[in-house]
Amino acid sequence: MRNFLADDIVNIKPSGIRKFFDIVSEMKDAISLGVGEPDFDTPWHIRDEGIYSLEKGRTFYTSNSGLKELKQEICNYMKRSQNVEYNPDTDVLVTVGGSEAIDIGFRAMINPGDEVLIPQPSYVSYEPCAILAGAKPVIINLKAENEFRLTSEELLNAITEKTKILVLPFPNNPTGSIMEKDDLEKIAKIIIEKDIFVMSDEIYAELTYKDKHVSITSIPGMKERTLLINGFSKAYAMTGWRLGYACGPSEIIKQMTKIHQYAIMCAPTTSQYAAIEALKNGDADILEMKTAYNQRRRYLMSAFKKMGLECFEPFGAFYVFPCIREFGMTSEEFATKFLTEEKVATVPGTAFGDSGEGFLRISYAYSLETLKIAMERLEKFVSRLRA
Amino acid sequence: MREELLAIIEKNSRIDTKDLAVLLGVQEIDIINELAKLQDDGVICGFHTLINWEKTDIEKVTALIEVRVTPQRGQGFDSIAERIYKYPEVRAVYLISGGFDLLVILEEKSLKEIANFVSDKLSTLDSVLSTATHFILKKYKDHGIMFSEKYEDKREAITP
Repeated sequence: MRNFLADDIVNIKPSGIRKFFDIVSEMKDAISLGVGEPDFDTPWHIRDEGIYSLEKGRTFYTSNSGLKELKQEICNYMKRSQNVEYNPDTDVLVTVGGSEAIDIGFRAMINPGDEVLIPQPSYVSYEPCAILAGAKPVIINLKAENEFRLTSEELLNAITEKTKILVLPFPNNPTGSIMEKDDLEKIAKIIIEKDIFVMSDEIYAELTYKDKHVSITSIPGMKERTLLINGFSKAYAMTGWRLGYACGPSEIIKQMTKIHQYAIMCAPTTSQYAAIEALKNGDADILEMKTAYNQRRRYLMSAFKKMGLECFEPFGAFYVFPCIREFGMTSEEFATKFLTEEKVATVPGTAFGDSGEGFLRISYAYSLETLKIAMERLEKFVSRLRA
Repeated sequence: MREELLAIIEKNSRIDTKDLAVLLGVQEIDIINELAKLQDDGVICGFHTLINWEKTDIEKVTALIEVRVTPQRGQGFDSIAERIYKYPEVRAVYLISGGFDLLVILEEKSLKEIANFVSDKLSTLDSVLSTATHFILKKYKDHGIMFSEKYEDKREAITP
């Protein structure tokens, strides 16, 4: 029989996280700190709105780009949180999670050979999605000494005349790193000067523990050259609803809407109705969850300090990224050994790019009780390794 | 810090001051001082345990009693409320807007004891005009805690 597989797809590596998943699922009593989603249930008033929409028989397709009321609420949110104005009719596309927006955003902009700058460690989809869109991914290895922020030197060094898009993944998964206003201003200058475009994945925008998140779209001159990606998964604990969105210049949104129209039709209708309720009345829920995350974040930082484990203080998302270089093991070796000996699952930093080597992603989307048990085991493990 | 501190201990009064200091990012001594002050000020009134008595063999009957009263000159409802809340079997007394005046929550070992309280003590008070007693048949949720549901992590073990 002929080979029916597409070479491009076969050549793409499956996500490095999979392997750990398989080991953990075999272990009955393992504690996992490996999850990239909130531990909270979706707030009841949001779920109730989804249920209500089903009761009302709102079970049809919506328009391709999403419910008008939802797009309006997304624009209201961008206005009140970042003072950035979008036109709900032309500048917004409701997608199946932020993930779809990443995929079709690349596809709408990439011509073969265009270079996409991807700072790493970062979320696992940027590189494969860029490759699938025909781009040449160019990795920028972020450094622990810069708290994994993107510096203007790093950016400048990576730009060539083929550079088209910079992916900006902040607040960052897996490092928890954020970019503050002055960090953004420095790179915005270069972006404008070099005439490149930004895909800013701000899915963790609501989860910052220092000042309020600053979107790069709010930096003068940047809204015109940024595709903003956000969604409901992290802020409202709505991962399973699969709902995200992209805001950007109408020419790009128009092309993305075309792909979305042919590949997806429209994002799930029930989720869209629930999301309207989230944006209208969900601020208090965000605050409550964020307060809990921040307490756990402080707890982990204090636990690391006690056991002498090096870790910069992250101010975003719900991850900490401690350094395990002192033990002379790779991240994968460390995570595997920790899992088999102490039954705690973490994710090796290398799952998010080579520059994650020497680090471990620990999620604090867990109850304090779980984190405490896990930290006791980590302390035991670490002292054993040092002995 | 006060609001966040209260929010934590409202849900978990057993958490120790060391942990509280870590969670709130302050010194333990600040927590100890603040807790002392909150008790002095009467903000913190007690440290109770939420018990689902239905899961035990101990009989408890809870009743909500609507009470209509004549307010007294110069004292409004306060003095009649006091006459009622001084009974130890009375768990709570609230002044309520709407069709009646006081809501009295009573906990006893049997229906009969509640009936006796209402007929002998409550109804005989001069300013009490009428009472309506509702017995609680089942508690689904109390103090923000759902009695029937237990948290279970339904997520996949590892996700990106």
